[in-house]
Amino acid sequence: MAKHISEQYDLELAQIRERLMEMGGIVESQVNNSCTALVTHDLDMAEEVRDVEANLNQFEVELDDLCVSIIAKRQPTARDLRTVVSVMKVITDLERIGDEADRIARMALDLANSEIPGDQYADFRSLHTNAVKMLKRALDAFARLDIEMALRVIEDDELIDNGYDRILRQCSEQMQSNPTEVERLLRLMWSARAVERIGDHAKNIGEYVIYLVKGRDVRHTPLSDADILE
Amino acid sequence: MSETVAVATPETNQSQDSVESCLNVNDLSLYYGDSQALADINLGIATKKVTAFIGPSGCGKSTLLRCFNRMNDLIDDVRITGSIEFEGSDIYESRVDVAELRRSIGMVFQRPNPFPKSIYENVAYGLRIQGERSTAVIDERVEWALKSAALWEEVKDRLKDSALGLSGGQQQRLVIARAIAIKPSVLLLDEPASALDPISTLKIEELIHQLKDDYTIAIVTHNMQQAARVSDYTAFLYLGEMVEYGQTDDIFRNPREKRTEDYITGRYG
Repeated sequence: MAKHISEQYDLELAQIRERLMEMGGIVESQVNNSCTALVTHDLDMAEEVRDVEANLNQFEVELDDLCVSIIAKRQPTARDLRTVVSVMKVITDLERIGDEADRIARMALDLANSEIPGDQYADFRSLHTNAVKMLKRALDAFARLDIEMALRVIEDDELIDNGYDRILRQCSEQMQSNPTEVERLLRLMWSARAVERIGDHAKNIGEYVIYLVKGRDVRHTPLSDADILE
Repeated sequence: MSETVAVATPETNQSQDSVESCLNVNDLSLYYGDSQALADINLGIATKKVTAFIGPSGCGKSTLLRCFNRMNDLIDDVRITGSIEFEGSDIYESRVDVAELRRSIGMVFQRPNPFPKSIYENVAYGLRIQGERSTAVIDERVEWALKSAALWEEVKDRLKDSALGLSGGQQQRLVIARAIAIKPSVLLLDEPASALDPISTLKIEELIHQLKDDYTIAIVTHNMQQAARVSDYTAFLYLGEMVEYGQTDDIFRNPREKRTEDYITGRYG
């Protein structure tokens, strides 16, 4: 893409993209740490996730402000407009992913004193690994404006949904067979639900990549890869 | 008589959005001596809509606008090929009465150009030229035109004052009132707000929005945000060629052509 006549405008757009990627990196590690804290009963790590959450909220406010300033000063059009709009939307999704990580960290603290064999978390671990991969891929797709990668992210959401359903079924069966475990299993279910939501937000980011690059809003529409890639 | 035509696109020349069109430009080229200023322009100007022409200086947008009421006839050494259909016939046919054409297709220029007469006489001028003698008819039309141009409330108590005493923004609205007093069907606006302050500019933009209920409007503007705000369709011209033409929302959000994108995003060097 050619440069703007105003070099400052280029710098401003580069700045919001860079700050977004920075925020994305923090969110990614929040998700990683919260899930690790949950399955390893690492209280310190869970507390750290909770501390970082406040920084993320501040990130959201600052980045939003930068975007509003570009709109006010530059009145962006075409791809520039779509960039600013997409960044603003991705900020919201990242902030919500941060909230989900915080929720998982709270569950980790609640579950820390339970006596649970580690293998009980195998499915959760797999769900979490897939969600982190999906989030990483969504952020990479945004950074590289890679539509094919964005489409894979959107498709992968189904994988997360299926994994979540499996955990839900297992927990439900275990609750029936062992009612004393209900409280612990509920927390595990809520954590799995939080991971499932992280997948939904990553999917949203994939959709914004397509909007940014192609100018097409693919939310709530059946996807045809060939149609989008043409 | 108007007809339904498709808004032509330079790339495909296929229908993008079927609209009723009152001016149809077909293969229009214009030369100043040996120099070509417009090259094979094809488009339809939608009836009772606002069509904006944007592009860098010298791209031919004002030249194209001036073709619509044959203002270029006044320039020596101009040669035009192709045709512009208006009300069923080519406005460049030799039998066309140019004065009559300009009564149907009025024009407003960049700098307000009121006559050194009273406010009233400026608006009444066209009617008097047409032979209207009834004071009652002229009074009524002057009031109607000034109201339509959103100027009546500001000048109704000083109609006999000189038009030259009005502010720039008021003068431009007076000139628009003068243009619509003879009830044209098309208004051509050549950068109508570029010499005005921001408030006057917004008043002109609001006026354009109201006038499109009754008139077909074509506007040339250097202010891209203005084109985005006031127009339904936008054409981007570059070096005499029409690069892209389509709905304003599409042009400003997701243009098809890279040259359009570069220009509207400020990447044009």
